[in-house]
Amino acid sequence: MRDHLTVALQETLQMVWVSAVLTALGGLALGVLLVLTDRGGLAPSAPVNRVLGLVVNIGRSLPFIILMIAVIPLTRALVGTTIGTAAAIVPLTIGAIPFYARLAETALREVDPGVVAAARAMGASRRQIVGKVLLREARPGLVAGMTVTVITLVGYSAMAGAIGGGGLGDLAIRYGYLRFETGTMIACVAVLIVLVQVIQMLGDLVVRRLSHK
Amino acid sequence: MIELHDLTKVYRARGRAVTALDGVSLTVAEGEIHGVIGRSGAGKSTLLRSVNVLERPDGGSVRIDGADLLTLSRDALRAARRRIGMIHQHFGLLGSRDVTGNVAFPLEVIGVPRRDRLRRAAELLELVGLSEHAHARPAQLSGGQKQRVGIARALAAEPKVLLSDEATSALDPETTDSVLDLLRRLNRELGLTILLITHEMNVVKRICDSTSLMRDGRITESGKVLDLLAAPGSELARGLFPLPPPTVRPGTTLLDVTFVGADAATPFISSLARTYSIDVNVLGGSIEEVGDTRVGRLRIELPGTPELNAPQIAHLRESGLTLEIAACATT
Ligand SMILES: Nc1ncnc2c1ncn2[C@@H]1O[C@H](COP(=O)(O)OP(=O)(O)OP(=O)(O)O)[C@@H](O)[C@H]1O
Ligand SMILES: [Mg+2]
Repeated sequence: MRDHLTVALQETLQMVWVSAVLTALGGLALGVLLVLTDRGGLAPSAPVNRVLGLVVNIGRSLPFIILMIAVIPLTRALVGTTIGTAAAIVPLTIGAIPFYARLAETALREVDPGVVAAARAMGASRRQIVGKVLLREARPGLVAGMTVTVITLVGYSAMAGAIGGGGLGDLAIRYGYLRFETGTMIACVAVLIVLVQVIQMLGDLVVRRLSHK
Repeated sequence: MIELHDLTKVYRARGRAVTALDGVSLTVAEGEIHGVIGRSGAGKSTLLRSVNVLERPDGGSVRIDGADLLTLSRDALRAARRRIGMIHQHFGLLGSRDVTGNVAFPLEVIGVPRRDRLRRAAELLELVGLSEHAHARPAQLSGGQKQRVGIARALAAEPKVLLSDEATSALDPETTDSVLDLLRRLNRELGLTILLITHEMNVVKRICDSTSLMRDGRITESGKVLDLLAAPGSELARGLFPLPPPTVRPGTTLLDVTFVGADAATPFISSLARTYSIDVNVLGGSIEEVGDTRVGRLRIELPGTPELNAPQIAHLRESGLTLEIAACATT
């Protein structure tokens, strides 16, 4: 059982880690675009803003389990297969990007508009304002949002396991549920709990570091 | 140095249109401190934000040292902004950087090498008296200190023009005075041209060479502070030296007398009393320093109707005083 558990944990970590990195990039980009194109933003554009908002909302309203099945053709096109951890990364990322985009947008909106105005008055370019002001000032909020997102990804990854993604969810279902191995079930749940705790603690630590200094 | 011509701006929000600027023209000479004063909603911030085009006016022109900023391309406008410093009511400091990082930020924006940025930041912090806080975070500073950081930052790229939007409104009176004194000093030492907006008369009194009064998107009065004070019917004089509404006793004339500079030294009341053998009552008023000049405004009461007082009034006018008949008794 220990071997199974180790392998499953590794798979979960791998799925979560890769999709978290992709989500951070995609969600951040989307969040920045939402803020930039908003009314009164640095590059206001109602149509672009509305389309992006719609895409994000659709992404967020789909239950993950349905999304997972819906993107199967895309997964096959991208990864070549629909089972295994690599394949699970596709729906995980697609599911988490809209989620994080909203959290990132909220964090970015909390940046004092006076600071943005000051940067504009200095002659900073939009790129500089995004990089040196918005993203930097919003760091604590962005990291806090990422913490929540990673934890959500852990949950999603357990679900992805159920359709052949591997990982702790897969193990819990195959052994714990289908074979009535209560011990395995409990071990899986325990590992998941610890994992989430550790992620939250690390996230909080980074946020505290960023906001104190 | 700053030439604003016929600026207009209308804000439209949900079908309602607000005219924030209604044909504003204003010129500030090099090395001058010009204060725009007006009530809340008069359009002062809109005017100031038009100068560096943070807000784009619907019409008019904005010339700083020559070119019309409203016709510039985006890149050229950014370059022009770098030569205009700005300080903000709520400071607008980056919370994620220390004081040095904030002061050096405009230099980072224009690509000055790190070593030079740090040297310049240290010089500026020295100039505004904040050297010992070089590595503090803005959150650890008092309001006055934050505004000094704001001022140092505004000066980093060596602008010739400084814009100030209610820079002292968030500060207590003493801190306000020290920040105003700093602006005055920078104006003198660096030859900085300053356009500031405020709703505090005190700011105009303390540091402005010239001023404009703004109401409902228009400038109603504009000129050198001392000239305006000496002009009859000046709103500025009434604002800076308020007198209570006149209450007149029968058979008397109330005069509001404004004196600027050397006139103040003339003991006009006793000379009036002596020359015409009348009793002159002082009912109220104040005398203050405006810039380096002594200015006062007094309400005096003379016996008799204005007609009877014609010689006295002429006498006062001849001695260079500004007179307004506040009220007279009708018989
Ligand atoms: N972005 C905006 N959208 C709509 N209306 C605006 C906007 N900015 C300003 N206004 C309106 O324009 C008018 C002038 O505003 P402005 O901020 O220039 O006044 P102000 O003189 O600076 O006032 P205060 O002393 O309160 O700062 C006000 O009626 C205000 O409501
Ligand atoms: Mg204002």
